[in-house]
Amino acid sequence: MTRLLPIALFALAMAVLPLIPGMPPFWIVLLDNIGLAALVAMGLVLLTGVGGLTSFGQAAFCGFGAYTTAVLTTAYGVSPWLTLPLALIVSGGAAVLLGLMTVRLSGHYLPLGTIAWGISLYYLFSKLEFLGRNDGISGIPPLQIGSLKMLDPGSIYYVIWIAVLICALLSMNLLDSRTGRAIRALRRGHIAAESFGVQTARAKLLVFIYAAVLAGLSGWLYAHFQRASNPTPFGPQAGIEYLFIAVVGGAGYVWGGVLGAALVVILKEILQGYLPLLFGGQGQLEIIVFGIMLVVLLQLAPTGVWPWLTALLPIKPRRERPDATVPLLPRARSDAHSGALLRVDHARKQFGGVIAVNDVSFEVQSREIVALIGPNGAGKSTTFNLITGVLSASGGSIAVQGKTIDNSPPQEVVKLGIARTFQHVKLVPDMTVLENVAIGAHLRGTAGVFASMLRLDRADEARLLAEAARQIERVGLSAEIDQLAGSLSLGQQRIVEIARALCADPILLLLDEPAAGLRHMEKQQLAALLRQLRDGGMSVLLVEHDMGFVMDLADRIVVLDFGTRIAEGTPNAIKTDPAVIKAYLGAAT
Amino acid sequence: MNTTILLFLLQDGITTGAIYALLGLSLVLVFAVTRVILIPQGEFITYGALTYATLATGNVPGTARLALAMGVVAFGFDLFAARKSLHARRILRAAAVDLGFPLAVLGLTMALAGSHTPIAVNIALSLLIVAAIGLFLYRIAFQPIAHTSVLVLLIASVGCHLALQGFGLVFFGAEGLRGPTVSDAAVTIGSLRFTGQSIAVYAITIALIVALWLFFGFTLYGKALRATAVNRLGARLVGIRTSLSGQIAFLLASVIGAISGILIVPITTLYYDTGFLIGLKGFVAAIIGGLVSYPLTAVAALVVGTVEAFSSFYASNYKEVIVFTLILPVLVLRSLAAPAVEEEKD
Repeated sequence: MTRLLPIALFALAMAVLPLIPGMPPFWIVLLDNIGLAALVAMGLVLLTGVGGLTSFGQAAFCGFGAYTTAVLTTAYGVSPWLTLPLALIVSGGAAVLLGLMTVRLSGHYLPLGTIAWGISLYYLFSKLEFLGRNDGISGIPPLQIGSLKMLDPGSIYYVIWIAVLICALLSMNLLDSRTGRAIRALRRGHIAAESFGVQTARAKLLVFIYAAVLAGLSGWLYAHFQRASNPTPFGPQAGIEYLFIAVVGGAGYVWGGVLGAALVVILKEILQGYLPLLFGGQGQLEIIVFGIMLVVLLQLAPTGVWPWLTALLPIKPRRERPDATVPLLPRARSDAHSGALLRVDHARKQFGGVIAVNDVSFEVQSREIVALIGPNGAGKSTTFNLITGVLSASGGSIAVQGKTIDNSPPQEVVKLGIARTFQHVKLVPDMTVLENVAIGAHLRGTAGVFASMLRLDRADEARLLAEAARQIERVGLSAEIDQLAGSLSLGQQRIVEIARALCADPILLLLDEPAAGLRHMEKQQLAALLRQLRDGGMSVLLVEHDMGFVMDLADRIVVLDFGTRIAEGTPNAIKTDPAVIKAYLGAAT
Repeated sequence: MNTTILLFLLQDGITTGAIYALLGLSLVLVFAVTRVILIPQGEFITYGALTYATLATGNVPGTARLALAMGVVAFGFDLFAARKSLHARRILRAAAVDLGFPLAVLGLTMALAGSHTPIAVNIALSLLIVAAIGLFLYRIAFQPIAHTSVLVLLIASVGCHLALQGFGLVFFGAEGLRGPTVSDAAVTIGSLRFTGQSIAVYAITIALIVALWLFFGFTLYGKALRATAVNRLGARLVGIRTSLSGQIAFLLASVIGAISGILIVPITTLYYDTGFLIGLKGFVAAIIGGLVSYPLTAVAALVVGTVEAFSSFYASNYKEVIVFTLILPVLVLRSLAAPAVEEEKD
């Protein structure tokens, strides 16, 4: 309940605010505007701050919401409340169409794409006959409950802020869930998340639609608040302003959106009121200040005001420890298979003219630790990427328990029971160790988006977090469970990656240089853990440069050089193999 | 449709396309060197055009003062950045660039401004003023955050656009302006009439494209600028001054923007906020060129200009809708053709 207490207090304060005697009606209008902007900004927080997809086009989705209700209520006499679901469906539907194109865009193409369709839609709104062209549509009926017509800003105030509070709660619930972790992992690249079964394209589309629906809701409210709708508030300038709001407030935080909306709307009002008095010039002086502030803010406080404000709070919110006793069912395994667990048969990978992996063949049996060694550039990590589906092979075949992988995407490979770590650690640095590790259990949870938003996912979530806590305990990082992953040492981060991989309940663990950056004692602990895993029935395939570590631990060693397998055998055989010595030390001529 | 209209539309399209090509080129230039997606390019256009038009009426444009003000701020930034090792030489150098240059430009402008100033002088002054603004813009807004992600730079870029556009309104007012033509000569070939202005547009565009191509492809300095774009740290380690590269890129971009503005202001009336849309169309071209290829960008710009000319003839209401929608399939194709390399940094 402590989670909800601040929100309840905030709701109470907002409910009482308009009832204060002597409250100027103009302030209520401002509060209405803040609420409307906060809704859009909240969507942007999820989309941009959390999901990493920058959109300059959110204002256009407000337009879809506003125009839907404007047309339906004025031309067809539909009741305003009935148009609400339609407005949300139209903006959501538009988001599906635009999103299918937009979220595919990579890097900076994405924000540019949103600018392009943002402008395009703005001109469409202002040219279409049935939307009233530049004049827009006026005479939109007010919202009405019984005989109460919400004509004045004071009555629609409650509708707006109830919407803000509900959406804030839904957004927070969504972020604090299995789906939320997938969304939060998007910003740091796809490969790690996909290796644990997250459908990143779907997650991106989802958050894009979510943000659009919030914007559509804001547009619907706006239309009934202004009782008119014209293209200007849905143009590119407005789209930029919404992004500005999110950045000012703190693009990574749901309440940052609300705070940003309050700061910007009030500031804009003050600037519009006073700047002309100070300078006597023509209007729009506020955009100069806005622009300069945006630049200054990015230089001084790129994370926005909200995190700075919460850091000032004397009480730190306490994180709940998951109850590690809640059981999680093991992953469904395919029937026992008699042959090799992993069979790599003439796997080949060419990048242009470079043959990174040249017809490499080896096998990993069950309950076996196999090490893949070789000088730098030998093709070890590329082999890992072929096995886990991150790269598609140019030739050969790779089979797990007799099933060929056949260039399946990483999300399918992990379902076969293969989990991996990365040579360059791929954790989400601003998520806690627990949350990072829980991503590993993504496929073992079932809760969907709506269940998460409505908090019906708690049992499922408790099981996932319990499993994550158990794996963290197993690798010996319980003391760091609530630390942000980015604050750990590199060696510890590698161990967190192992815990994350274990969360997938794998039959084969692929470790890419797990001992790099570990101290001697930590290496011994890691070796003990890996032996214990093997004795428990798991197989391990690892790439490692620390020969002492490898020779002590591995049952068998495969040596690669320039993409080709040059030796395979027990550690003792490898130590004396002339080809291996030549590869590492050069030949005596 | 008869041939005359077709030819006329083509000519119109190519003239505007040439302007977009110039803008597209400078966008590619800036992006390639600094990773900044230069939204304020539009303001360089309007500043160039309206400064020129204001000078033509014999008045001192506010942009000259803005350049000085930005120079003062840049001087402060330079002093602050060098606070650990304040040598007299360093201070003098900063003072010369940040204060001396804009002061000299302002002084020249005030001395020369008058109703009978030759066009060439006006053009030179406009270019100098906008060049100073471009240079200081990089120093103030982008140099301190040069190491951050493309996204942060993009948002900062939007901030600069807002501020500069606001200043534009203050300096030039809400009324549109037109400037005098560079040349009144005209040639008629068949049914087409080529004005001196449009020929100047073609000639300058081609000259600049060739110059940029030579500069980046074949000079050590051009290659150094490109190296900065690919890897800032690596470039610094081999002795390239990355902040200087950025300043040069912005200087070039602002001059190119101003030239485009001066070229179009005799053809169409420009308002303080017109540049934004024109700049964005340069973007459409630059993006089609993948933000890296100069020749492809130039070709794409001609296509954009032609599409715009034809759509303004057949569906004038939906001109902008068509031009900006054009970008979407291109973006999708681009993304599909070059799958995302995973960014390690935020």
